Amino acid sequence: MSTVRIAGVGLIPFGSYGDRAGRELFAAAALAAFEDAGVEREAVDQLNYGNFMGALTEHQGHQAPLMAEAAGLSCPAITYEEACASSGAAIREAVRTIRSGEAEVILAGGMERMTTLDTGEATAALAIAADELYEVRGGVTFPSAYALMARAYFETFGGDREDLAHIAVKNHKNGAANPHAQFRKEISLERALDSPPVATPLSLYDACPISDGASAVLLVSEAFADDHDLDAPVSITGTGQGGDRLALQDRETMAETPATAAAAKEAYADAGITADDVDFAEVHDCFTIAEVMAIESLGLVEPGEGITAAREGRTTADGEIPINLSGGLKAKGHPVGASGGSQIAEVTHLLRGDHPNSDAVEDTTVGLTHSAGGTVGSAVVTVLEVEQ
Amino acid sequence: MTEHLTPDEQPATYDEWLDAIEAGEGFYLESPEGHGSLPPRRVCPHSGSTELTQQPLPETGTIEAFSEVHVGAEGFSEDTPYINAIVDFGPVSLTGVLRGVEAADVSVGDEVRLTVETRETTDDRLLVFRPT
Repeated sequence: MSTVRIAGVGLIPFGSYGDRAGRELFAAAALAAFEDAGVEREAVDQLNYGNFMGALTEHQGHQAPLMAEAAGLSCPAITYEEACASSGAAIREAVRTIRSGEAEVILAGGMERMTTLDTGEATAALAIAADELYEVRGGVTFPSAYALMARAYFETFGGDREDLAHIAVKNHKNGAANPHAQFRKEISLERALDSPPVATPLSLYDACPISDGASAVLLVSEAFADDHDLDAPVSITGTGQGGDRLALQDRETMAETPATAAAAKEAYADAGITADDVDFAEVHDCFTIAEVMAIESLGLVEPGEGITAAREGRTTADGEIPINLSGGLKAKGHPVGASGGSQIAEVTHLLRGDHPNSDAVEDTTVGLTHSAGGTVGSAVVTVLEVEQ
Repeated sequence: MTEHLTPDEQPATYDEWLDAIEAGEGFYLESPEGHGSLPPRRVCPHSGSTELTQQPLPETGTIEAFSEVHVGAEGFSEDTPYINAIVDFGPVSLTGVLRGVEAADVSVGDEVRLTVETRETTDDRLLVFRPT
């Protein structure tokens, strides 16, 4: 299997961009990726673009060719939509296309504008990732769906709000140094616990914010990297994707995320590693409970241990397996169509040693990203490795 | 394959399913292997069978998970706060709003019955669970 190199990555700080159009956000991320890579835009064979709710937030469908134009590309462009895993899926498909030999250079990533909507409108827009007949019509929101999963987890494995608050505190601490993070401030355990309830047992500080943002990753074949003498020490060595029934009520379990487990199994086999080889990870923490379920289903901790991993310091920056050194979706922000690409960019910086939190993973070689759609009805896992 | 799209091949629409519950004739779809699923559906998600028959929905179920929602869904502003619940009826589980009990008094495993009511905010029909 041929290796796919990450030639460059580009991000814009996540947050609120007022009247700026999504095309400008993606163009900025794309240009940053080209500058990072030292590759000419003319070399790009294809754009793999992730976006979830652009038709609702900017009244803009058919975004991929628009984004190619905005980024100065003259190549075919395809939109990938897997809810919050959209750019994770776009990157996985880019890796598969380069491996097949159909392309040598693919720009992959995503963009989302969300702050064009008020909180109620954004809540309604996010809900379209759920089952419209059997969940949305029953009053299920994105937070209440994860609250139902949290309740099921607590019933199965135990845990409480304070365990979850430790995850919020950890991720805010990690995000404080990240120039791309929406929230660059630490929070106290008391502040997290005292925040207003959104959907019990989850409160405001268990939730990621509503964000605008864009991410871009320039992927190249190993032959292209060698022929052009690129400095591209980080490779994607494994990818996997899993799926599940869309409605929670139809799942085998609500206390675990089988789609993540399936994606991880495929990605580990693809990379020729096991979960024990993973040094650190960026996982999909749209809510604190989501991080718990992710690290368990990825096999990074045992089932039932994820809930106390942050509290016990196992997943903190100085822990045995640092999780979400970027700040995660929780503190870095979650422009849904951009988040999967953002995770890849953050892990690339961490492995290259040019991330503000790289010291926490010095001398490590294997990073992982986990991107989930909806309530993990879809999941994409990617393994990244750096040359020593 | 258009013969599979004729109305009499369709087990039921979602609205017809709600009508049946309102009439006291709630049902689920069963495959020959005994798996349960819900309409609208043409293929059993468990076995792949297309031979789906209507079976009576059990009258009561038990709460699998619940959450008191303080930031409501679109079209639920006058309902908020409300309790979302997923209830296990045996062959299938259903998601809706739990009424007739305070959230502090709800526990996983509580027994409830299924009704069809309307939202407080709109006239839209809603799956509602009430204590037995």
